[in-house]
Amino acid sequence: MPEKPIQGEKRMFVTGNEVVAWAALAAGAEIMYGYPITPQNEIMHYWTRMIPKYGRRFLQTEDELSAGFTTVGGVLAGRRAFTATAGPGNTLMQEPISMAEAMRLPIVVVVQQRGGPSTATVIYSQQEVTLTTLGGNGEGLRVVYSTATHQELFDYTIKSFNTAWKYRFPTFVLGDGYQAKMRESLMFYDPAERGIEMVPTDAYVGRPGMPGVDRAPTHMRNTYNMEEELYDVLQGYLADFAKAAPEIAEHEAFDTEDADLVIISHGVVSRACKMAVRELREQGYKVGYFRPITLRPMPEKAMREMAGKAKQLLVVESAQGQLDRLVKEVIYGSTAEMLSLFKPGVGVTSEEVITRVKEIKG
Amino acid sequence: MTVQPAMPKCWRVETKPHKFCPGCGHGLVLKALGQAIDELGIQDKVVFGCDIGCSLLSWDFFNVDTIQTHHGRTNPVVTGIKRANPDVICVAYMGDGGGYAIGSQHLVSSATRNERITAILVNNTQYGMTGGQMAPTTMPGQKTETSPYGRDADTTGSPTQGPEMVAAIAPEGAYVARGSVANMKQLKNYIKKALENQMAGNGFSFVEALSLCPTNWRTNAKDTWKFLEEDMYKYFKVGELKVPGPREKEGQ
Repeated sequence: MPEKPIQGEKRMFVTGNEVVAWAALAAGAEIMYGYPITPQNEIMHYWTRMIPKYGRRFLQTEDELSAGFTTVGGVLAGRRAFTATAGPGNTLMQEPISMAEAMRLPIVVVVQQRGGPSTATVIYSQQEVTLTTLGGNGEGLRVVYSTATHQELFDYTIKSFNTAWKYRFPTFVLGDGYQAKMRESLMFYDPAERGIEMVPTDAYVGRPGMPGVDRAPTHMRNTYNMEEELYDVLQGYLADFAKAAPEIAEHEAFDTEDADLVIISHGVVSRACKMAVRELREQGYKVGYFRPITLRPMPEKAMREMAGKAKQLLVVESAQGQLDRLVKEVIYGSTAEMLSLFKPGVGVTSEEVITRVKEIKG
Repeated sequence: MTVQPAMPKCWRVETKPHKFCPGCGHGLVLKALGQAIDELGIQDKVVFGCDIGCSLLSWDFFNVDTIQTHHGRTNPVVTGIKRANPDVICVAYMGDGGGYAIGSQHLVSSATRNERITAILVNNTQYGMTGGQMAPTTMPGQKTETSPYGRDADTTGSPTQGPEMVAAIAPEGAYVARGSVANMKQLKNYIKKALENQMAGNGFSFVEALSLCPTNWRTNAKDTWKFLEEDMYKYFKVGELKVPGPREKEGQ
């Protein structure tokens, strides 16, 4: 029996990609399938270096279609399986993810967003929000955690396996190139020692017994003959998703109670917004901070309550309104004025947020 | 008294008669596969993955664990299963469009990595499920919905030589053959050897099965067999192309 990858708690100063590899190890992920794309490569690099010691596996595939579909296969075999991708790779990955949605397969996908459209930059963006939350030819039956710090990358990579296997929806950790490449201090831990129980996995295929004699054979399909057949299946899925949504949804907020203007952001941009809100408060501005941690499902109740009180909402993101659209859908009917600071494919600093707020407030 | 020919034991009786068109070759290929599974006694070990296209209709065909995948993606799905659980015996079942067009990169890579899976590809020279379009395997001059005046090799290429390609790129240990539904005993033996090759852990195994599509060929019974045994045999040579074992040195 190989020893546990992490014993006790360990203070680390590492890159985000390294964090993801360690977190997947700590979560008991058994196999990774992957295809090189910047900025997620080092997840594979660290994973392949560490796995011999811990008896885990890796397969480098021919493209992201294959990386996604082999991950689907790994889950079908009953393993905690994951892959990681970015940008154009995320585009290709949507096909296997739609199969995972159709069959309720608990695959875990780590996305380190890069610039788009097309090959664009290998650096950073928040432009894969629409694709990651609502990609594929379906209804977006997936869970997306948008992380902001290395500690969250660690926490939510572990959590994503449990969410996936508990609810059986494909689950994403949505990071970005900044988080992937920068070094930051965080605490590594063994989930069991923190009282985090890993949700057990089970195999869809290759279970013991003679199919058709000792047990029913597994027959899984994604094709339906009749409209009504598909409709009935989807009604079940949608009801499950709606039921799970309040249990899954997470957010972070402060100073929203008395705020005239609430800044909404997600992921690494929320760090700049957090700092901006604190500075603006010190200067006497009545501003608040709201950050959805899950972009799918959205923290609807909390966001609607917040939007019901605020006069103005400022959405800040490194994309041209991808978060903004998700927010507007949730708060439909709110009379708050919608304002924006969009910097597609470019990072946002706290100074820029402060300047924008002062511009709004005159 | 007439005696009904026995169905393979691993066929699922509840889903018979099957859903393929009258005269389709899929039932025959799946019969050969069923017989091979029975003879090897591996019904409880097989995981069957079927592609999209006419092959999708086999999703509940056997009493074996079965996953219907996407068009062209059966090789990676069963590769993922096999890599995660090497104790199962994985079969990827697809048509010529799935294997040689949209999924060709997966076929090439499964072969070059010598994945311990068995791919069975049914070649009926066109896309059946979508209504008879030109496929990579369509023969020069053959009329299809997207080559209504006959396939022009100059502008659209020549029929893919799948097993020849796989045999050329797969490492030692791979098994590659082309069978035909016109010779069921031989086809069953090829499929059986392909499964045995996976069970021995030798490498990738690949069988192309030449098949029938009277619906889209618009042929009667007699012309259907003629199409296979006269026209298709001219372009697609039946036989084993790669068998594991020490290779004899050339020129000796």
